[in-house]
Amino acid sequence: MNFKFTEENLNRIQKEINKYPVKKPAVMAALYVGQEQNGYISDEVIKEVAGLLEMTLEEVLGVVTFYTMYHQKQMGKYHIQVCTNVSCMLRGGYEIWDQVKNKLGINNLEVSEDHNFSLEEVECMGSCGTAPMIAVNEDYYENLNKEKVEEILESLSKTN
Amino acid sequence: MEKIVLPDIENFHQIDVYLSNDGYKSVKKAFGQTTDEIIDQVKKSGLRGRGGAAFSAGLKWSFMPKTTDKPKYLCVNGDESEPGSFKDREIFEHNPHQLIEGTLITCYAIGAKVAYIYIRGEYHKWIKLMQKAIDAAYEKGYVGEKMKETFGTDFYCDIYIHKGAGAYICGEESALMNSLEGQRGYPRIKPPFPAHNGLWGNPTTINNVETIANVPKIIEKGWQWFAAIGEPKHPGTLLFGVSGHVNKPGIYELPSGTLLTDIIYKYAGGIPGDKKILCVIPGGSSMPPLRGDQLEGVKMDAESLKEAGSAIGTGGIMVMDEDTDLVKVLARITKFYHHESCGLCTPCREGTGWMEKVINRILNGEGSTNDLDLLISIANNIEGNTICALGEAAAWPVRYMIARFRDYFEERVNKKITIPVKNKVHSMRHTAFPLPDITK
Ligand SMILES: Cc1cc2nc3c(=O)[nH]c(=O)nc-3n(C[C@H](O)[C@H](O)[C@H](O)COP(=O)(O)O)c2cc1C
Ligand code: SF4
Ligand code: FES
Repeated sequence: MNFKFTEENLNRIQKEINKYPVKKPAVMAALYVGQEQNGYISDEVIKEVAGLLEMTLEEVLGVVTFYTMYHQKQMGKYHIQVCTNVSCMLRGGYEIWDQVKNKLGINNLEVSEDHNFSLEEVECMGSCGTAPMIAVNEDYYENLNKEKVEEILESLSKTN
Repeated sequence: MEKIVLPDIENFHQIDVYLSNDGYKSVKKAFGQTTDEIIDQVKKSGLRGRGGAAFSAGLKWSFMPKTTDKPKYLCVNGDESEPGSFKDREIFEHNPHQLIEGTLITCYAIGAKVAYIYIRGEYHKWIKLMQKAIDAAYEKGYVGEKMKETFGTDFYCDIYIHKGAGAYICGEESALMNSLEGQRGYPRIKPPFPAHNGLWGNPTTINNVETIANVPKIIEKGWQWFAAIGEPKHPGTLLFGVSGHVNKPGIYELPSGTLLTDIIYKYAGGIPGDKKILCVIPGGSSMPPLRGDQLEGVKMDAESLKEAGSAIGTGGIMVMDEDTDLVKVLARITKFYHHESCGLCTPCREGTGWMEKVINRILNGEGSTNDLDLLISIANNIEGNTICALGEAAAWPVRYMIARFRDYFEERVNKKITIPVKNKVHSMRHTAFPLPDITK
């Protein structure tokens, strides 16, 4: 499938390029925008970004595979990220991980059949003082317990 | 106690409130002085980096070349990915303008025309909040070319946010620069140091968010005032982030040198169910853990913690009560460093994986006493043999946790010393060429 940035997204990327003396540093933002528009980072997204920023495909792919927030396959509409690092673990992070895993019936980095949910075990998200936490797409949910997690998942299922 | 970085003023994040509390006056004051004077004051104030290594900020700035045609840069490090650390996000949310003002003063002092604030990608919310504050400051003429008019100076600088995309290693200063340049976030071999060869080969200073946020107050109230707060060798307040088994987890801004036990019991409300403390990691997950019986009298500043056998790190205090499974904790810590190792150097790339494997063996009840020694040996072979300090960060928790909780770990392993030899060639070699008997 061909991929072209929308006019609006091209403007967003141009704004990023303007921050730097060269084009290349905008690759991180451009990839994120590409992921937003396309749903995931396909080879076509990589090609488009490489062309736009005058980089080689390998350079762009190298960036894609280095960072955890880029996905090379389509994730769910709601990407659930559960932190299980120490501060969260001490306050029940793994119980929540198991709860979400069982409820959604998927494992780490898997996508539910209806493509509504995907799941990821993440490293410390900087919410240790409000642990345990999960993030849904870009939003943090903190100070959680089993009931609250249940509520969040239920309300997400309903808004589908 | 007066707070420096996170004052209790309502809506302080709004530029109008910040301005009505003498905001952006320090930068004006700074412009009335020479850059050497500023650096000198910051040096004398004793301000030390809040990002982990506690290096003198003023001294770091003084490494920047004075006579150079190259552009200079400031990177403000807001990658904040060390487990147990969650302080910089409070600054983004509650005091962004003091961070901006500190950035301006630092840029002026080192001669940088551009500053990048590198913020971890997961902090979507805080990136937006910070960007909003920067936009407001631009609009009012406190950042960017309009500064010339506002302050009547020739100097001006721009501030941009660079958003990360999920990689702990990008908090390491040279990895941060590579990431900012649009490359994989691999650390660089040092020397050359960033002050001479940083962003795009140009002179660059990297400081933590909290470090920079302290600068305006030092200029405003004088270095003597700052140097008199807390412990003389590591003065000022620190943002202590308390997490784990405490009643009131959160960020507490307190003078350096505050007793660790006071922070845990007086401020963070003690341990739920009045349980005993088994272990505390005092500065983020890479720092050597302390036993519950080692906490008495320990002061929270770089020098005191060094004496106590740990390090201040980011000031992230992780508290574990007596019912905590330390093997599980260590396994989780090791998994983290294995996952985050960038893979550039063999001891770190392989060693972190081996440590994870061995500790999981113990967790599954299949470990033996020599696994404990094996872990320590792997840790020792990582430390000092890597390009960046992630090696140490991975090695320290393992080495110190096992050394300090030896009995605890001994209880969890098989006493019989077994050497599992799964490699057939290796085991055959033993039978084919018996080792000489050295006991005779
Ligand atoms: C693996 C690793 C991760 C780091 N992560 C951070 C970080 O997230 N934030 C930070 O300020 N410093 C981090 N540091 C420390 C930086 O390399 C650097 O020392 C610091 O940003 C300098 O600022 P300071 O002198 O103001 O503390 C990290 C270091 C290592 C080795
Ligand atoms: S020590 Fe680890 S993280 Fe640092 S450069 Fe080497 S492999 Fe990468
Ligand atoms: S350990 Fe989960 S947010 Fe820090």
